[in-house]
Amino acid sequence: MIVAQIVQVPSDINEMFDWPAVLPLGINRVVLLVFLATIATFLFLYLPFRRSRIVPTKFQAAVEWGVGFVKTNIGRDVIGPESVKYEWLLIPMFFWILFLNLFEVTPFINFPPTSRMAIPAFLAVFVYIVFVFVGIKKHGFRYFFKTVVPDVPWPYLILVTPIEIISVFFIRPVSLAVRLFANMLAGHIMLTVFFLTSAAYFVLSPKLLAFPIPFAFAVVITGFEIFVGALQAFIFTLLTAVYIESSIHLEH
Amino acid sequence: MDTQAAALLGAGLVYGLAAIGPGIGIGIVAGNAVQAMVRQPEMQGQVRTTMFLGIAFTEALALFGLLLFFILYGKA
Repeated sequence: MIVAQIVQVPSDINEMFDWPAVLPLGINRVVLLVFLATIATFLFLYLPFRRSRIVPTKFQAAVEWGVGFVKTNIGRDVIGPESVKYEWLLIPMFFWILFLNLFEVTPFINFPPTSRMAIPAFLAVFVYIVFVFVGIKKHGFRYFFKTVVPDVPWPYLILVTPIEIISVFFIRPVSLAVRLFANMLAGHIMLTVFFLTSAAYFVLSPKLLAFPIPFAFAVVITGFEIFVGALQAFIFTLLTAVYIESSIHLEH
Repeated sequence: MDTQAAALLGAGLVYGLAAIGPGIGIGIVAGNAVQAMVRQPEMQGQVRTTMFLGIAFTEALALFGLLLFFILYGKA
């Protein structure tokens, strides 16, 4: 029954936005897909290293490349040598978001759970707690003072301090969540529109032979959405690293 | 004009207007990143990371517009 929920085709267009609960505790299709992505992330990061070899298997080499990419290009390049302390957050988060995003183009699933606001919002709140906690742990109460009172001539502070308070403590988590959410929602709607247009042409007026045109667009956009999904996972993790870095090094 | 028509008109306008600025901005970011990569190919990796960072910050404004579109469309 759970498998039937995951691969189902919605009968009504409103189900794109409103999924009914199928299990107790309000567990609906989105939650099932989140569980699936969590299991996939765990297996992806656990299986190749359970018996890691010096000469890696193909799968192990691929996972090592991905983990190394997050470690060096996101962690070390942004945070610096201290990034080792935050890899527990960056690496699983990158692959979790990546799998959630790629469900958008996975056959028979075709739905990115990150296009429901709850999941990006949860991640953004988590990142918010982490970077504020890192700042307080590193600098104590001076973290807030140094963040909202930058090193400028004092008359500017009348302007700069409110801007800094709003941008660091309000805009940061909101834009982090909205960026991921809106990108995935826009992609999902775009795919839906083109595939439905193509299907409607095929069913309603097949003699017109217009259905290949939206279908070709849909195929191109499917490829584009794979790129966007990977890019958004990268950007979310990169911005997490940037925020953590700005909490560690306050002077710039 | 009744409220519904105003909300629909605003929904149409808000995304169109919100896309102008970030469109220009992302153009500038990407163009300058290409220039930087051509001038110093050995800095390519770092330039690309910074470019995506700049695009992400700029793009957020357009996405706020998209979100406002849905809010206004829901009001109609």
